[in-house]
Amino acid sequence: MARLQLRNLEKVYGGAFKAVHGINLDVEEGEFMVLVGPSGCAKSTTLRMIAGLEEITAGEIRIGDRIVNTLEPGKRGIAMVFQNYALYPHMKVRTNLAFGLRIGGASKAEAAKAVEEVAKILEIEPLLDRLPKQLSGGQAQRVALGRALIKKPDVFLFDEPLSNLDAKLRASMRVRITDLHKRLKREGMASTVVYVTHDQTEAMTMGDRICVMKDGHIMQVATPKELYEQPANLFVAGFIGSPEMNVIEGHVDGSDFRTGGQVIPLGEALTSRLSARPERAALGIRPQHLALATGINGALSAQLRGVEFMGHEVYLHALLDGREVTTVASAAEFERMDRSLDTIRLLPEAANMHIFDRDSGRNVSLRAQG
Amino acid sequence: MTDISHASDVFTAGADALAEARRHQRIQQRRARISAILRYAILFGVGLVMLYPLIWLVGASLKTNAEIFANPGFIPREPTTEGYVQGWETSTPYTFGRFFWNSFLIILPKTIGTAISCTMVAYGFARFDFPLKKLLFTSVIAILLLPNVVTRIPQYILFRELGWLDSFLPLWVPSAMAGDAFFVFMLVQFLRAIPDDMEQAARVDGCNSWQTLLFVVVPMLAPALISVCLFQFMWTMNDFLGPLIYISSVDKYPVSLALKLSIDTTEAFEWNRILAMSVLTITPALAVFFMAQKYFIEGISAGGIKG
Repeated sequence: MARLQLRNLEKVYGGAFKAVHGINLDVEEGEFMVLVGPSGCAKSTTLRMIAGLEEITAGEIRIGDRIVNTLEPGKRGIAMVFQNYALYPHMKVRTNLAFGLRIGGASKAEAAKAVEEVAKILEIEPLLDRLPKQLSGGQAQRVALGRALIKKPDVFLFDEPLSNLDAKLRASMRVRITDLHKRLKREGMASTVVYVTHDQTEAMTMGDRICVMKDGHIMQVATPKELYEQPANLFVAGFIGSPEMNVIEGHVDGSDFRTGGQVIPLGEALTSRLSARPERAALGIRPQHLALATGINGALSAQLRGVEFMGHEVYLHALLDGREVTTVASAAEFERMDRSLDTIRLLPEAANMHIFDRDSGRNVSLRAQG
Repeated sequence: MTDISHASDVFTAGADALAEARRHQRIQQRRARISAILRYAILFGVGLVMLYPLIWLVGASLKTNAEIFANPGFIPREPTTEGYVQGWETSTPYTFGRFFWNSFLIILPKTIGTAISCTMVAYGFARFDFPLKKLLFTSVIAILLLPNVVTRIPQYILFRELGWLDSFLPLWVPSAMAGDAFFVFMLVQFLRAIPDDMEQAARVDGCNSWQTLLFVVVPMLAPALISVCLFQFMWTMNDFLGPLIYISSVDKYPVSLALKLSIDTTEAFEWNRILAMSVLTITPALAVFFMAQKYFIEGISAGGIKG
């Protein structure tokens, strides 16, 4: 079936600039894989190499049991949804949808039948006789989705398909695409997806698994939950989650973490699973796991620098030994807080702390898998 | 009392100011009107000077041969279509209709050939990478700057060797092989402004390069292609030198040569016939120009250079 495998995939531009550094990635049949990373991380290049729109410098791309390295895009069994929809401006929606099938040799009647089916699934029947310029962004995106769907490809490729939509529409399209994927999977149709985005919310909500990329390297491939709870390195820790994970620099001393003049007890469980005790270490903890403390024991003191009111919760920005840290308090908690003081006390939850090697960026406190 | 007189002072002053403002406004309005009248008078005058030969041509074509030199005005005293009737007959065995047909036979294949060949070449330059692309494109630009006359003699010798003299081939073939660098350049510029996402979508949909060109690129290129055809039509219609060099039999003459013919063969020039046929000759070009002004301008601005 249509499993997608990338083996030592490389892309070098102009013989000098290496954009993709020999990446390996397996996308299982029916899996929704999200490629995410900051701009310039080569996620789109990787996708375009899978599509065949970009030549590969070295390595191998396998779709199902075929090596597709040199195949034309149209022969790879893929369909792609582009960021700016890329609908053919001079064709009506109906013709846009049927175009791929007609080029592939389908008869007029077959194509028309397929168009009706897809239009029904995506609820774009009333739009079939319009031109692309007469569509709103959301409608155009659905048509673009339809154009991919109608081909019944082995692998769907999405290149930041929602980034031109407004926030509200994006949220509803997100649900629509995920539902569609589930439906295809349920009906036993090929539904392997590679989805590129720079938006971590999209990545976290849509992906079965997420592949985080940086500068042409894969940083981690994992389920959204694992990525959030067990980031493999500092980059993933910082990239996934909002507000960002706090990173406190210092070193591990016995079962404590020392930073400046303050000591954070790491606890037995964490200390025992440390795979290394790096000289230059960093303690990572998410704002949600850095509680506002009322007592003194075991708490860190930090100077309050700013408050962001988000409605149901409040972000407190403070300085801990000169490093900015953020914590999240509920609105009620914030009400109870003594706001006359400019020092707050923070209590990190030992169960949710991570220790990173600052030199390699590696997380040395990962739990055993399974 | 004082208050009241003061108030009346204020009132008078206010009325004065109002009157002053109105007067000022009137002066400004008058100035604007005078300036507009002046502007239009100048524009009209200059326009008339430029158009006068054309207007005179139309007027003179309806005069008798004697009146052309006697009456400098453009309204004929005794309008007559004699010039048209006799001019159409020409001094050759053929009517002027034959020459129009010849012009058409030159223009149609040449325009179609230009549109097809220039689109293919421009698509290649705009969308593909191939060895020596830079050098080749530079030579296209260089040809653009080269005076046409320079290539006349080598071309003539080439076509003579091929045995193409006195046929339409020397007029068609260079254009059908994208010989008009200007059009190639214009289409390349236009293509560069079109994002290539649609073409990528077409490739994913299974199109090869030719299908992409035909089904996706050409429709998007349509406005520019119309401009190309219009320019080629105008230039070919007005081309005198090309047919003069390559075509020697009268039965193959296009209108541009036929006009000259009437001057050559008659001892006493029948000016009214020549002028009448001149009017007919410029009519198609003028008609096309007025119908398609929009595309001319689009073509010029898309190409980014003057046509």
